[in-house]
Amino acid sequence: MRQHKLLNANEIDIILQRLAFQLIENYSDFSNTVLIGIQPRGVYLANRIEKILQKELGNKCPKFGKLDITFYRDDFRRGSKTLEANQTQIDFIVEDKNIIFIDDVLYTGRSIRSALTAIQSFGRPKTIELLTLIDRRFSRHLPIQPDYNGKQVDAINKERVVVKWKENDGEDAVEIIRLNDE
Amino acid sequence: MSNLSVKHLLGIKFLTEADLHLIFETADHFKEVINRPIKKVPSLRDITIANLFFENSTRTKLSFELAEKRLSADVINFSAASSSVKKGETLQDTVNNILAMKVDMLIMRHPNPGAGVFLSKHINAAIINAGDGAHEHPTQALLDAYSIREKLKDVRGKKVVIVGDILHSRVALSNIFALQKLGAEVKVCGPLTLMPKHIESLGVKVETNLKAALEWCDVANMLRIQNERMEITYFPSTREYVQQFGLTSDLLAKLNKPITIMHPGPINRGVEVSSDVADSEHSIILNQVENGVAIRMAVIYLLASKIK
Repeated sequence: MRQHKLLNANEIDIILQRLAFQLIENYSDFSNTVLIGIQPRGVYLANRIEKILQKELGNKCPKFGKLDITFYRDDFRRGSKTLEANQTQIDFIVEDKNIIFIDDVLYTGRSIRSALTAIQSFGRPKTIELLTLIDRRFSRHLPIQPDYNGKQVDAINKERVVVKWKENDGEDAVEIIRLNDE
Repeated sequence: MSNLSVKHLLGIKFLTEADLHLIFETADHFKEVINRPIKKVPSLRDITIANLFFENSTRTKLSFELAEKRLSADVINFSAASSSVKKGETLQDTVNNILAMKVDMLIMRHPNPGAGVFLSKHINAAIINAGDGAHEHPTQALLDAYSIREKLKDVRGKKVVIVGDILHSRVALSNIFALQKLGAEVKVCGPLTLMPKHIESLGVKVETNLKAALEWCDVANMLRIQNERMEITYFPSTREYVQQFGLTSDLLAKLNKPITIMHPGPINRGVEVSSDVADSEHSIILNQVENGVAIRMAVIYLLASKIK
């Protein structure tokens, strides 16, 4: 197994600032906009974005939620492990809102497909956009692209892109791990 | 710890403590799902479930059916009253005929204890026992323990008394297994004629004085007198039973602490619990019903994920 670091803490911080300001530029007034982190790993990124927006906008900061997609995934019974659910926390009405999904790595696009189905259980949003930290292009199974993206990565299928967060993994970093050939 | 240790849910006896916690944690998520504007998830859209009820049931069947539909499974219903069982077909043949229609999972209630265990040795589909005679009713015990966990935060260390007809009750046996695995203390209370022999060997104490039992416990689970299962007379009259074992607000007022009141339903108001107790703030009877759907969704989801 080989690995190398793609982004360090400083680089991630600069990207997060840019993504947050892109949102501010696009929405200026967030009164009809909510941000939703996709469980499990998208929630860390959502929390970081929330922190920056809170600092910049104060009490005009949009509402944040968490969405679990486990029961909407299309690979139920296709792996050996039971898919374990996480918490969903959407304490606001999504009907007619602009929603921004937040996830750390966009790979096949299947998670986002599941999230698009899952959010319908809460109502009919006006629009849905996607913010990701890493976009693994050339790996998509579905026609899904990010609207706001941190960094594009060309990784092959044998490689894994891992986003680490200080609060969970001890440091902020993005790494590419090359799995051994079997 | 993300898989159940079993392929079927035949009884609580066959589950581990980790299984129980996994079911509860999964049920937490489904409870959130069934409180959404749209209460349905697509997980089981490629699974077909047959509800086989060889014995009458209203609420358990409704609860299972709702759980299946909220998971997007296809559902077929079979009830013995209008079936080939009356024409002399064996259980195994009946079930094999249903499985030939490409059914993945069976929910079965049967009057004979061990019917589910027997079937699990002869067929391939996943089986959930929805009550087999006076043996077990695992999903009821799961939802009871889950409701205690919800109300009192934890089951461990809690004292639970099960009151009433223990002899004919599959709910009592499954509850004893579940509560003990989760670290609760269990007592049973009722007329000695309605106590199974050797019940103490399960590690439960027998109490014949309701007031003493209530003073001891945190939770009282009041069972129904199952007249339909009694071929002989076990106590002189219903009135006498009520005087000794009926839970009334007068009795509760004499205790030095509030206790949680449970009942698996259907209630005979004025027999095992008085009407005002059943409707009081300490009663979680309707919470049990709501939790029943979430628990059954969790069990079906976890067992279905093992179907290949």
